[in-house]
Parts: sequence; structure tokens; C-alpha cells
Amino acid sequence: MTTVSMTVNGKAVSAEAAPDTLLSDFIRESLALTGTHVGCDTSQCGACVVMVDGSSIKSCSILVVQAEGAKVTTIEGLASDGELHPMQKAFHENHALQCGFCTPGMMISAIDLVNKNPDLSEADIRHGLEGNICRCTGYHNIVKAVQAAAAEMKG
Amino acid sequence: MSNFQYMRASALDEAAAKVKGAEDGAVLAGGMTLLPSIKLGLSSPSDLVDLGGIGDLAGITSAGGSVTIGAMTCHADVANSGDVPPALAAMASGIGDRQVRNRGTIGGSIANNDPAADYPAACLALGATINTDQRSIAADDFFTGLFETALNDGEIITSVSFPTPDKAAYQKFTSPASRFALVGVFVAAGSDGVRVAVTGCGQGGVYRDADLESALAASFSADALADKSVSSDNLLSDIHAAADYRAHLIVEMTKRAVAACG
Amino acid sequence: MPDGNATGIGASVPRKEDRRFITGKGNYTDDINRPNQTYAYFLRSDIAHATLNGVDTSAAEKAGGVVAVFTGADLAAAEVGGVPCGWALTFQNGDPMKEPGHPILAQGKVRHVGDPIAVVIAESRKQAKAAAAEIKVNLSDLPVVVDMTKAIEGGQSVHDEAEDNICFDWAIGDKAEVDAVFEGADHVTSIDIVNNRLIPNSMEPRVAIGDFEDSTGDYTLYTTTQNPHVIRLLMGAFVLKIPEHKLRVVSPDVGGGFGSKIFHYAEEAMVTWASAQINRPVKWTSDRSEAFMSDAHGRDHVTKASLALDKDGKFIGLKEETLANMGGYLSTFGPAIPTYMHSVLMAGVYTTPVIYSNIIAVFTNTVPVDAYRGAGRPEATYIIERLVDRAAREMGISQVELRRKNFIPEDAFPYQTPVALAYDSGNYNATLDTALKNGDVDGFDARKAESAKNGRLRGIGYSTYVEACGAAPSAVAGALGARAGLYECANVRVHPTGSVTVFTGSHSHGQGHETAFAQLVSEKLGMHTENIEIVHGDTEKIPFGMGTFGSRSLAVGGSAIDKALDKIIDKSRKIVSHILEAGEGDIKFADGNFTVAGTDKTMAFGEVALAAYVPHNYPLEELEPGLEETAFYDPTNFTYPAGCHVCEVEVDPTTGVTEVVKFTAADDPGTVVNPMIVEGQVHGGIAQGIGQALLEGCSYDDNGQLLTGSYMDYTMPRADNLPNYVVSTESTACTHNPLGVKGCGEVGAIGSPPAVINAIVDALSDLGVTDVAMPATPQTVWRAIQAAK
Ligand SMILES: Cc1cc2nc3c(=O)[nH]c(=O)nc-3n(C[C@H](O)[C@H](O)[C@H](O)COP(=O)(O)OP(=O)(O)OC[C@H]3O[C@@H](n4cnc5c(N)ncnc54)[C@H](O)[C@@H]3O)c2cc1C
Ligand code: FES
Ligand code: FES
Repeated sequence: MTTVSMTVNGKAVSAEAAPDTLLSDFIRESLALTGTHVGCDTSQCGACVVMVDGSSIKSCSILVVQAEGAKVTTIEGLASDGELHPMQKAFHENHALQCGFCTPGMMISAIDLVNKNPDLSEADIRHGLEGNICRCTGYHNIVKAVQAAAAEMKG
Repeated sequence: MSNFQYMRASALDEAAAKVKGAEDGAVLAGGMTLLPSIKLGLSSPSDLVDLGGIGDLAGITSAGGSVTIGAMTCHADVANSGDVPPALAAMASGIGDRQVRNRGTIGGSIANNDPAADYPAACLALGATINTDQRSIAADDFFTGLFETALNDGEIITSVSFPTPDKAAYQKFTSPASRFALVGVFVAAGSDGVRVAVTGCGQGGVYRDADLESALAASFSADALADKSVSSDNLLSDIHAAADYRAHLIVEMTKRAVAACG
Repeated sequence: MPDGNATGIGASVPRKEDRRFITGKGNYTDDINRPNQTYAYFLRSDIAHATLNGVDTSAAEKAGGVVAVFTGADLAAAEVGGVPCGWALTFQNGDPMKEPGHPILAQGKVRHVGDPIAVVIAESRKQAKAAAAEIKVNLSDLPVVVDMTKAIEGGQSVHDEAEDNICFDWAIGDKAEVDAVFEGADHVTSIDIVNNRLIPNSMEPRVAIGDFEDSTGDYTLYTTTQNPHVIRLLMGAFVLKIPEHKLRVVSPDVGGGFGSKIFHYAEEAMVTWASAQINRPVKWTSDRSEAFMSDAHGRDHVTKASLALDKDGKFIGLKEETLANMGGYLSTFGPAIPTYMHSVLMAGVYTTPVIYSNIIAVFTNTVPVDAYRGAGRPEATYIIERLVDRAAREMGISQVELRRKNFIPEDAFPYQTPVALAYDSGNYNATLDTALKNGDVDGFDARKAESAKNGRLRGIGYSTYVEACGAAPSAVAGALGARAGLYECANVRVHPTGSVTVFTGSHSHGQGHETAFAQLVSEKLGMHTENIEIVHGDTEKIPFGMGTFGSRSLAVGGSAIDKALDKIIDKSRKIVSHILEAGEGDIKFADGNFTVAGTDKTMAFGEVALAAYVPHNYPLEELEPGLEETAFYDPTNFTYPAGCHVCEVEVDPTTGVTEVVKFTAADDPGTVVNPMIVEGQVHGGIAQGIGQALLEGCSYDDNGQLLTGSYMDYTMPRADNLPNYVVSTESTACTHNPLGVKGCGEVGAIGSPPAVINAIVDALSDLGVTDVAMPATPQTVWRAIQAAK
């Protein structure tokens, strides 16, 4: 076991973890932040996506020890002071979620996408979300939501 | 996950020593191949030596008609770089998905030499040099078979140098499910002549197609390939594409790459 | 919608449930952890067919952290039952179907890759998995049966009970009569079809936690199911013999189901039973790889079908012979899907007078096959709409005209089909007209010319479909072999201050019941949905329920709520009558207020609720205090959503790559309670339909190894595979349920696949291509083009 320390959703956390612990397991089990989901074992579904130092990554494919000292944002950290992030608001208003299982990873990917390129075409959004599988929505409303959020995030 | 020890190296020689000292050590770069394989029980190293802390392994520098990409440079950084040949940036932007590109590295991709990976085709076509902690290896000598390279046990890639081509383009026909290359053709023309590298197809991994190269050397145009076909012998077959379909796509993707060279 | 009430029927009320999902506060089964919990790992067969000679668990038992190891022998010794099948079919001669046992852990034989052999229970998941590797399994390979056509030739059987691997050979219709019609037909169109096997892949893998409480003898099972009461009944009564009052099944937030979470699975029984053995909670979380080989698969039909037409293009007869894969064991609804969910739909939207459908259900060494979104109806629609498309091409009649000519006309409802079902309502011309208009079909030729300039072949394809959902009249289902009733239950609890909690037997795993069901209450009681809570997914809270599948929630579950609300209003009227001293007949209820005709006397619904709980001035001699009612609703017929899907594709003829460039759907889901949710359901269904048509296909090799065992090989539709969809509704009300609703959950997946494939055939028709198999992957399309050259 090693001690790992990082900042998660703005709070410093420190915990013991075995070296083979994945960041996703650490977030779900040690930190009890169960909004981050695990939907596959081949690093392909994107349900586990979190933000690490400003980039979206798959938390199922990084060891927690590799995130030592990092700034991690999970779905639980998107809203600030009860105020929803524009992406959260847009997903709600555009009915961009059904079962909600893909939603946390999908929103974090989308935020990363918009942060790095605020002027996105529909094709850019669809391509930019290729690492996130949603079985429920058919993506139509997800694309709409990302467009709406991008407009709002641009301010 | 299997039990392994994790070590973080802060310098190259330290990393090399740690890998050599381990019973069955492996370096860990982006982890986008290594960690999923450990998870699925396909690989079980005793020790992982993380290269993530070695600052000078990441970064892109250009000098004297060539660009050198540090082994730990992630695909996203290559994709967004204005210093690398545009064909290389475009290729990097088509690797995996956004999250894979944020973690996966050029060094890891080349060391792994997946027969469907994109970088090996770029290295071969552009005539890259793979620099390690021990030597420099020409791309032509580097990719030796499926998941096989010229690297010695414990040898660590430090960077890859690409000469600037006159013209180059990559065309990737993605495998529908995995989105790796079902057929990927990298075409480059430069001081070295015309080089055509094919990934996703060879039973022995990435290769150069001499026949297509000589046709294009005679006339660098898609039309030069109008009646060309390649043999499906020695090509891979799977549920997404039998060898004959791959053979067809190789020619088609080559034509498109040549056309994209402008 | 009543004035001043923005949350009633017909409003696109944003979903009440969203907040917890978008903030990461959903409560999925894997988010639940019980004190002192252990972890289960299943050792599964990596061989498709073998005799199980023995399992040596001694080393595993001694491995670190291991609490217990169980095998099929342990379960047999404890007389644990097998997984039951919920539907009994018969052979044509009336003999019962072959119904071999389906043990919780393999006994005697393993029958598919993924068949569970043993379970290890340990302090951590990692330890359980590591210990499982220490188990020595002694298997002797048997010849593997994968291909259905070969399977029925016999020679090697999956089950001793069915030597020729035929589970049942069933038919509907009069074969002789249909054959005679074909003899005299002016034109016969035939087609061979493979309806590709699909793997459901809800994004949340299955999870089950068994939790036995020694001090009370109570069992709790937390599980990812679409129907907790059904699991309680099947597992309690048939597998573990635990009476209902000692067994609670909780299914909290569930991350998608699409049918695959209807069924009672072995893992549920295993963790529940094991929890009592070790007197600790046992948790199992499926890996995705495990899901690929243990969640029931869908579709997998091989069909020969023909359509007979007269010289004017009138359909005069239709027949099909289908082999339907059951897999290695019968899953809960397996036998019903290719028969009562399929053959009875073979009339489609047409007046075809005689139909014969013969279904042979086949055991193979593959994962069990059962309902997947649409379940039987996509297979029927695919056959009919491919036949109609081909007949139109062969006879030189336009696709639209041939369909219109044969539609069941608007004035013919109720319409008795020749295959048992009687459609209550519909207007097939209306949905067709809307789709033609919204899809700008008139502009197709210009778009085709534009595509041609870019070297792309553009095609347009149609599908006009009807389906049967809202299952089901229990008496009818019972007569057809169902071993359960198919009503739904609702309990409406009005609280003293007038807010409402509804306990429904339906279950939402993405459908938005917490919003749509609240809208029913909002509409009826004239209150905002903020004051209404919908509770589902817990057998301890909800009186009873059959759950959510077959697009039945609103039609059956919603109708039960409506019935309970009627009882609430009736009782309220009695209370008002007493308090306002007026005859019950004079009391009107609207917009949340009771008024007495011809007076200015009025009483708000909230005041009535308070009076019911504070019965100071109350007719106690005649009426009990309190305001809470339960209703069971058993429908009198299925509901029949229908519609028209129009698809446009562009094919790159040099590579075979096909892109859906335009998709238009006009559906008739009956009364629309929440248009936003209906659209979302249709979007999702279309994505799965396009997935089936272009991308998804489960494939086994001859050894029964799953070649598509992960997302590396099984193509899931992603955002960049799909277009935006133009969807709209054109409703006719269902005539036999109080809400007029039909259903929308499956229409997308039912209507779309033939539209896509017909479009590809259209695009390639100039090249001489007449058929393309699903999934129409680039390689498949390229080969079709090469073959036509
Ligand atoms: C979902 C998904 C999609 C993908 N799609 C594509 C795709 O379309 N095209 C494609 O080309 N790739 C694809 N990849 C692979 C991806 O590009 C990987 O990042 C890459 O193959 C490995 O790089 P890495 O940095 O992650 O290496 P790691 O996984 O860390 O290591 C891979 C191997 O290389 C060794 N290694 C790493 N760095 C070095 C070094 N500097 N010197 C010597 N040995 C080293 C490691 O020991 C290990 O054996 C995909 C991966 C995933 C998960
Ligand atoms: S869990 Fe599927 S990508 Fe991480
Ligand atoms: S909302 Fe269910 S998987 Fe996306």
C-alpha cells in the first residue's frame, strides 16, 4: 500500500491504495464518489471519464498512483454552490439523458471538448464524443445539449 | 488487476536500471495499452516503471529539416502541434478517441507495434529514426513482426525523429468496432523517394509496399494506380475484413492518400 | 391541459429524475455496498460444449481471502431449483415444448461459453477472481452445435431431452389454405433473411447483491432488473423456495435494460442463496466481457418468406418458415419472442387475408436468446417490409403506392388480422403522409443527383410498420402459454396536506416514469408535478407489479394509476358530499377543485385530503378515513403503435461504406403524455435499429467461441455513426385503455432496420444488387456490389 494524495473536486484527499488500484476504483470505493461509472473492461465506453489536470481521461485506464498530485474533477464536482454547470443544465433541458449511466462521462468529455474548441460544428461534436457510448439516447439530444452548452460557455 | 510493484522514475537511467533490476519489468507510458492488457490478464509484469515523471521525454522540437518528438509526447499534443508535418498531426488526431489521445504516447505506440496501430505506418513512410537510451534505429529496421520490435529487453525509446517530407498523407479506414486501422496507408514523397507504408493488414505487422512505391515513383498520381492491385496473400483476415477486401482497400486508400498529398 | 397547469398530459415537462443523474447522485446497484459484504466471482466455461466430469475447488478454498466456493453439486445437494422459463409453447400437434433444466451452476455439462461452473466468494473481488483461477475443472469436449440449420439435422444434441435440438415446432395459420393461394397468385416474391443476433449492451452491466438477515430470516436482493416483483416470484417460488413475505427485491436506478434485464438470471439466485450460507452479504458485479457471454442475446432468426400478390399488386397471402435460436438454455421469455411476439404480427399494416407462420425453435451451444428491444416484432417487420420493397421493385409499382394499396383502411378498425390479433385503431396513411412530407421525399431525386456528383450512390427506403405492445390481457396471455398474469398495479397515496406519492409496479431504467407518471396525476388531480412523487423498484414498498418491458409501462402501468386516481376522486366526492352537504351527483371535479353544481360551494383537493386524515367532520359510518387507493389494471387488448420510417443513405461504392444521411420517422404512439420523452424514446430506438442494420452483429465461430466478445469487435453505434433524426407523431387514440396511449419505447427499433436496408438496396439497385444482409458493414456492402458485377 502507498499513500496517494490529490485534489478531488477542489478538496485535498489522501488515502492508502494498493499500487494496482485504478483511479476509477479509488474514486468509487475509497472516495465513495459513485457518480463515476465503469461500463467496460477494454477502455472503450467512456462511462468512467473524469477530468485530470484539465484534460478528460478514462479513469479506468490510469493507476491512482499515476494521478499523484493531480487535480481531479468528477461529476460530483461540476456544480458549484448548487449552481449547475452549463453542461449539466443543457443536458437536463435538452433531455440528453435517459438511464443516466453514460451521462457523467459524457458530460465531462463534452466539457473538455468545448473548453478546447468553443466553435464546434455538429460533426465536430459527434466526432469529439466518439469515446463515449450511450445506448439510450441515440445521441441526437446529446449533440443538441452540447451545442447549447457551448453557446452558453462562450458567454 | 494483477499484483505488481509500481515505481516512478525521475531520470532515464534510473528508469532503465529499475526495469533491468525487476524480475519482469515494463515501462509504463500512457498506459492505454498496457493497463487494459493487465486488466484482462493478457499481460502480467512484476514491476511497472512509470516514465511520466521524466520531464525531458515529452515535447516536440524541430531543427534542420527534421522534427523530433519525445517518447512521452501524447497523441493529442502531436495532433495539435504546428511543428510536425501536417500529415503526422492529422494521423495523430485520428488515433483512438479524445481520452486515448490525452494519455497514449508515441513511444508506447511504437514500442507496442500493434499490427493495427497508426504510428508505425507514419514512421516507416516518413523514414523516421527511433532513438533509444542505447542507440538510434532506422524505422526500416525497427518493426520486426506482430507486436515485435528491434528493442532489446529493457531498452527505452526516448524520441522519434521525422525528416520533413515534400508531400505526405495518411488515409485510415477504421475498423468499425475498435476504430484501430483496418487498413491504414501512409504515403510520403521526399529526398528518399516515395514510400508507402501499410498498417492493419500485414500478417507480420506494418510493412512497405514496394510495388505501390515503384508505381508512384514512376508517376506520383492516383491515376498511376488505376489498374493496380495487390495480392491478398499474407494479409490478415478477421470478421470485419477478409484478406481480399483488405487488399482492395490498400489500393483505394493509397489512391486517396496520394490525392490528399495534393 | 387544464388552465394554469403546465405539467399535465401533453406537456414536455423536463424530467424530475434528471437532477440526481446529472450531479452524480444516481443510486445504481453497484453504488450500493452492504456492511460486511463479500464479493462473488463466477468461473465460467471457456468451452462451448463439454461434459463436466468434476470440479476440484480445494486449492481455491485455501486461497487468500476466500470465504466459500460453490459448484453445481453443492446446489444440487441443497435442492436449489433451476432458472425457470416463463412461457410454455407447444408443438403443432399439441405436445409440450422440450423444456430442459437450466441449473444455476452447470451440472453434468456446460452448454455455452460463459456457462457458470463455480462461484468463489471472497473478501475482495480481486481475491475471488484470483482464487477462481485455482479451480480445476475437468471437462471432456463434445461436438459443438452453433449453426441452426445443422443443429436440426441432429447427430449432436445440446440437451438429451431434444435429440434434434428442436425445442418446439409451432405454427399459426392454415398451411394448405395459404399454399393454395400461392398456387393461384399472379406474382410471388420470396426472400431469405437472417435477422442478425444482437447483444443488448445496456451501458450498466448487471449487478446483484444478496443480503440475508439471520435474526429475522429475511432475504434482500438488490439487482439490476426491469421487474423486481417478477424476480421475487420466479426466484422465490421456483429456485430458492423463499416465500414472498421473506424476500425483498430492490432494483434501484438501473442503467438501461432494453429487455436484457427482464429475465431472472442465475447470478441473482446464486448471491441470494450464498448470502444465507455464509451469513454475509454477497455482491457480484458483471464485467463487460462477462456481460457479453452471460446477458441474454436478442434476435437470431433464419427465415424463408414469400408474399403472394394478384396482378394489381394486392397482397393475397404471406408465409414464413423461421428457425429461431434459443441458445443453450431457455431464458424467461425465450419461447414467446419468435411466436406470440412475432408470428401474430405478420399481417403488418396490410390487409393480407391469409398468413402462415411456422417457427422452429432451436437449441445451440450459444448464450440464451430472449427479448431485446422490439422482441419478435422487429423480426416480423423486417420480413414484411423487405418483401414489400422487393415486390414493388419486381412489379414496377412505386414503394408508396404498393403500400397504400394494401394498407388496412382507416375505417376498417377494429380490424381482425388472420393471425389472432385485432388492431383497435390506426391511420397508416396519416403517418406515411407525414413522413413523406417531413422527409422531403419529393426532393430525393435532386439529392441523389447531388450525391452522384461526389461519387456517392444515394438510396431511399421505406418501412411502414405496426407492432403490438402494452402486454397483455392476462387471460389471452395465459391461453397462449404465459405462466404469469400481465396486469399492472398502482397504489396512490394522498398525504394529509394533499401531496401525492404513487407506488407503481412499472420500473424506469431510463424511460422517465418519474416525470410522465407524475403528469398523469397532475392532469387528473390538477396539481403541479412538484407535489407528486413516483416510487418504483422495491417489492417492499410497492404492492405488486409486472414491471417494464414490451412498451407496457404507460399503457398498462399508467392505466393502473389512472384507475387508482378514479377511486381517489370517487372517495373524495363522497367526502365532499358530506362536508358540503350536496348530492354526489351534483359534485364536479376540475382543475383540483370540487364544486357543487348551481352553487358557489367549493372545496380544494388538498382540503379533502386533510379532511380524510383529520376526520372530525366526516361520514365515518360509511367511509373509512384516509385517502389511499390501489388498483390493478388488466388490459383487454394489446396496443398497436404504428408508423412510417423513411431512410436515406449514401454508399461509397469503392469501399462499401454506408452513411445514413437522413432519417425521418412519423409514429403513432397513441396519446402523447410528454412529447420530449416520446421523441427521446424514438431516437434511442432508431439508433438501435440503425445499429442492427449497419453495425451490430454477434458472431460465433464453429467452436462456439464468441468472436464479438468486447467492444473491440462488437460495433456499438457511436455519435459519429448516426445522423440527427426528424421525428414526429401522428396519433390515433387507443380505444380500450383510459389514457388512449399505445407505446413508444420500441417503435424506433422495430420500424427502422428495413428502412435502412431498403435504402441500401435502392442505392445499389442500378448496379443490380437486390439484397444486402444485416449488418450492412462496409465489407458486406462491398461484397454485394462485387457479386452483382
Ligand atoms: C480505446 C482505445 C483506442 C485506441 N485506438 C488506437 C488507434 O486507433 N490507433 C492506434 O495506433 N492506437 C490506438 N490505441 C492505442 C493507443 O494509441 C496507445 O496509447 C498506444 O498503443 C500505447 O501507448 P501508451 O503510451 O499508452 O503505452 P503503454 O500502454 O504505457 O505501453 C505500451 C507498451 O509499450 C511499452 N513502452 C511504453 N513506452 C515505452 C518507451 N518509451 N520505450 C520502450 N517501451 C515503451 C510498454 O512497456 C508497453 O509494453 C487505442 C487504445 C485504446 C485504449
Ligand atoms: S469504463 Fe469503459 S472506458 Fe473506462
Ligand atoms: S443515457 Fe443510458 S447510456 Fe446514455
